[in-house]
Amino acid sequence: MIPASFDYQRAASAEEAVSMLREHGEEAKLLAGGHSLLPLMKLRLATPSVVIDVGRIRELSYLRDGGDQVSIGALTRHRDVETSELLQREVPILAHVAGLVGDPQVRHRGTIGGSLAHGDPASDLPAVVLALGGTLVVQGPGGRRDIPATEFFQGFLETALAPEEMLVEIRVPKARGGWSYQKFNRRAIDWAIVGVAAVRNGTTGVALVNMGPVPLRASAVEQALAGGASAADAAALAAEGTDPSADLNASVEYRQHLARVLVRRALEEAGA
Amino acid sequence: MRVSTTVNGRSYEHEIEPRLLLVYYLRDVLGLTGTKVGCDTSSCGACTVLVDGESVKSCTMLAAQADGCAMTTIEALAVDGALDPLQEAFHDNHALQCGFCTSGMVMAAMSIIREHPGLTEADVREGLEGNLCRCTGYHNIVKAVLAGAGRQAHPVGAAR
Ligand SMILES: Cc1cc2nc3c(=O)[nH]c(=O)nc-3n(C[C@H](O)[C@H](O)[C@H](O)COP(=O)(O)OP(=O)(O)OC[C@H]3O[C@@H](n4cnc5c(N)ncnc54)[C@H](O)[C@@H]3O)c2cc1C
Ligand code: FES
Ligand code: FES
Repeated sequence: MIPASFDYQRAASAEEAVSMLREHGEEAKLLAGGHSLLPLMKLRLATPSVVIDVGRIRELSYLRDGGDQVSIGALTRHRDVETSELLQREVPILAHVAGLVGDPQVRHRGTIGGSLAHGDPASDLPAVVLALGGTLVVQGPGGRRDIPATEFFQGFLETALAPEEMLVEIRVPKARGGWSYQKFNRRAIDWAIVGVAAVRNGTTGVALVNMGPVPLRASAVEQALAGGASAADAAALAAEGTDPSADLNASVEYRQHLARVLVRRALEEAGA
Repeated sequence: MRVSTTVNGRSYEHEIEPRLLLVYYLRDVLGLTGTKVGCDTSSCGACTVLVDGESVKSCTMLAAQADGCAMTTIEALAVDGALDPLQEAFHDNHALQCGFCTSGMVMAAMSIIREHPGLTEADVREGLEGNLCRCTGYHNIVKAVLAGAGRQAHPVGAAR
């Protein structure tokens, strides 16, 4: 399978990428690790006429200790997130889940920014950043703005990024309390049929993978826990407000059942 | 567009179409057909090569993204017909039948061995999750990688 023809450009900085996006408008696509975009281009489900390679912007690949939070450059690869001692110590759920993405080859190329900007509800990292209550920093022609993760995911493969904006940084609060990630799949390399991220950090954040067109916070579960409900009682509400689709792996009912079971397991493991 | 690459220690410069995938650059432009195309959908790992020392699926990377990179393919391993210790371990452990997955398995294994100094069986099994074999049932491949890692006289690929 061969992608349709495109014009290849390479950006040396976020500023340059943004001005290239401005120049080419909706015809252009940023290319980070390429592990979501290139498969779509090979299937010709994506046919950008300009591809702007941001994969070499070294200055956007970093992990920084910011006191009560950790800042991660958007171009940081899954492999570097997985093996970061800073994250293993301060935000262990994020390092752990980065190590569950795809396989080693995928993790050598794919980036955390690409994973979030792609906005796929079946992806692992968006749910983790949601459960953590992270913030996304995006850069546009007018400068930078912060978007809370809870407002970032807007529709199937749609985010709050404007066409001329680039995601440059992800900030997550340090979270050394109990946590759990439940990824339910049938074969090692697969995406989650349903996944659950739970993080105890003062309050308990719970987010769901593949339970609707966007990565979701399990708000009913979180509110029940905040009101003193037991893990089992809170988990019984896990399918509330979800809108999963059916596919060859699971029916709607089965996904809802999985969400309840996996949320209970996650809460128990996190000690909520 | 123009790309310059180093593949198995040799430098190249080519005029290519931006949409050329790395695997076709290696196979069709450089004639290095040891790297295979299996699924063409990033699932099977048959196309695995090392880019700057790390395993990647070359069906899911543009040759343009490899501009300026140093790459290693299966062709670099045997020297004057003498198999590399890892290849030898595949041979000794009967870790292949049809052989179609083998170059990808070996290249993925090189990366796993480098990344896990105290390599365990679990590291190998998890590390090869992106490489499919339709023939062997994997056990002998796992054995071969462990044996190959133990038998290294020098860290894999150190001379390259
Ligand atoms: C075989 C395989 C298995 C996988 N398994 C999993 C899995 O189990 N779990 C999982 O979560 N993911 C999985 N993935 C997806 C993987 O995590 C991708 O790396 C990730 O989704 C996209 O990151 P990327 O850097 O490759 O982005 P790209 O493919 O380069 O880009 C993806 C999209 O985001 C946009 N984009 C990229 N970076 C930015 C930025 N900084 N600002 C704005 N827009 C940007 C691009 O324009 C494009 O639309 C798998 C992929 C493959 C090929
Ligand atoms: S051909 Fe590249 S992963 Fe199968
Ligand atoms: S030996 Fe035939 S696919 Fe692995």
